[in-house]
Amino acid sequence: MSDLRELYQDVILEHSKAPRNYRQLATANHKAEGYNPLCGDHFTLYLDLKGNSIHDISFQGSGCAISKASASMMTQSVKGKTREEAEKLFEQFHKLVTGQANGNQADLGKLAVFSGVSQFPVRVKCATLAWHTLQAAMEGKQEPVSTE
Amino acid sequence: MTAVANRLPRELRSPRVRGAGFDVEKVRHDFPILREKVRGRTLVYLDNAATSQKPQVVIDAISRHYERGNANIHRGVHFLSEHATEEHEAARGTVQSFLNAEEASEIIFVRGATEAINLVAQTYGRTQVGPGDEVLITAMEHHSNIVPWQILCEQKGGRLRVIPINESGELLLEEFQKLLSTRTKIVAVTQVSNALGTINPVRRIIEMAHSENIPVLVDGAQAVPHLKVDVQALDCDFYVFSGHKLYGPTGIGVLYGKSALLDAMPPYQGGGDMISSVTFEKTIYNKLPYKFEAGTPHVAGAIGLGAAIDYVNGLGMDNVAAYEHEVLTYATEAVTAIPGIRVIGTAREKAGVLSFLLDSIHPHDIGTILDQEGIAIRAGHHCAQPIMQRFGIAATARASFGLYNTKEEVDALVNGIQNVREVFA
Repeated sequence: MSDLRELYQDVILEHSKAPRNYRQLATANHKAEGYNPLCGDHFTLYLDLKGNSIHDISFQGSGCAISKASASMMTQSVKGKTREEAEKLFEQFHKLVTGQANGNQADLGKLAVFSGVSQFPVRVKCATLAWHTLQAAMEGKQEPVSTE
Repeated sequence: MTAVANRLPRELRSPRVRGAGFDVEKVRHDFPILREKVRGRTLVYLDNAATSQKPQVVIDAISRHYERGNANIHRGVHFLSEHATEEHEAARGTVQSFLNAEEASEIIFVRGATEAINLVAQTYGRTQVGPGDEVLITAMEHHSNIVPWQILCEQKGGRLRVIPINESGELLLEEFQKLLSTRTKIVAVTQVSNALGTINPVRRIIEMAHSENIPVLVDGAQAVPHLKVDVQALDCDFYVFSGHKLYGPTGIGVLYGKSALLDAMPPYQGGGDMISSVTFEKTIYNKLPYKFEAGTPHVAGAIGLGAAIDYVNGLGMDNVAAYEHEVLTYATEAVTAIPGIRVIGTAREKAGVLSFLLDSIHPHDIGTILDQEGIAIRAGHHCAQPIMQRFGIAATARASFGLYNTKEEVDALVNGIQNVREVFA
């Protein structure tokens, strides 16, 4: 059970039950869809980009606890950041969940609770779906993104 | 006892037959993988609808073929080739008896149920379905019994129609009757649903279709491991299944077709073995079944499948069905009793499958937590997305049972689900 507790940390469970920024965004000027058909994880991400910075961000959809909590915490983490900062954060997050962290993850802050995902390789796609969707939204991609 | 599969479970409710002559502990010894530890725990394998484990006799038959009997078939003049050909054709005979087909030549070896359905769609379907014609399937088909017909309909300007189901996951036969028309060229229906476990009344469906002179393909991939099947009693026109779900190897499966239909169908793939003579001007196709078996076949696979069928025959399919029915009934009662459980698929006649949801917990989270205890289930849409949409859900957790599963394993599943509830409490 210890690996399980590492994966399903209280913060993650709490965010999956009560996701933050979980709504449509009236001011959104970018939008993208993340869809993993095998799992059934399906999210829409709304983005209000002002110049180069993420002025506001929200999401809606359904998925497993890991994907939903990841989306929720991501929206909190990137709000107010520039695109470059968000990209850099994703890079660090990706290293964290794939077990390639090099101790230089200070910027991740609360997102560090996802370190347990690295013990569950098949769940990496759940943790990263929202981030790939964010990338797609910033790049203005029309096609739904998938991490499967 | 009749071999009409769709009547089987009701008959088996008689206490006289239940569990008789079936020693599950002895059976478990025949499957080496069941002694494996997974994450330090004893494996509880409940993903049999995806693929089944293999008994030692199947593993041995395949090894023996490669160690001592390997050669190409149907062409060699040497001893080993003759021997391999005999073994391959003996396996065909075993399948023929297993399905009670009239002729061995009605048994076509293919890669699996999926390839068998594609074969029928692209040979029988392409010659029979034209613009405005219809192919009838059910709302509970696996993607493999949807997509080949969609491809055909796109190619030929045909239309795919779907027989609806009720909330329990049972076909609405009166709706089926309404859908049958002169435009219907073939009905393709699963005998047992992989996502719900429903046993469809295929005998009745075939009768109804035949009264309008419409042929029926039965997808038996989820049926053959659980029910005795008799293609002559069913009077189906095509029957398909995969070896690997029947305790045999992957990469081998069967298409049964009535010989008159198979004879009239054009070949599926061109190549060696499927011809009797070739010039650059004209090719004469081989007789059945070889007309549909282009290229060197999966000889070891056919031999392994034959060994798997011998194995289940040795246990007796009636005994297997009775025992499995008991385990599924036990599992359904135990899992349904857990607070927050919603069983998806509550048909009166079911085999092998228990699909469920737990509160609002995503099936993948259920799967991950059970896996930590060595319990293997499937989480997802089970390659049957339309049926998920029918129930307004994205996925289910699915425990699926085989002949070696026990009530103790069901108890482990129930404990595991309780753990899931605790983690998410």
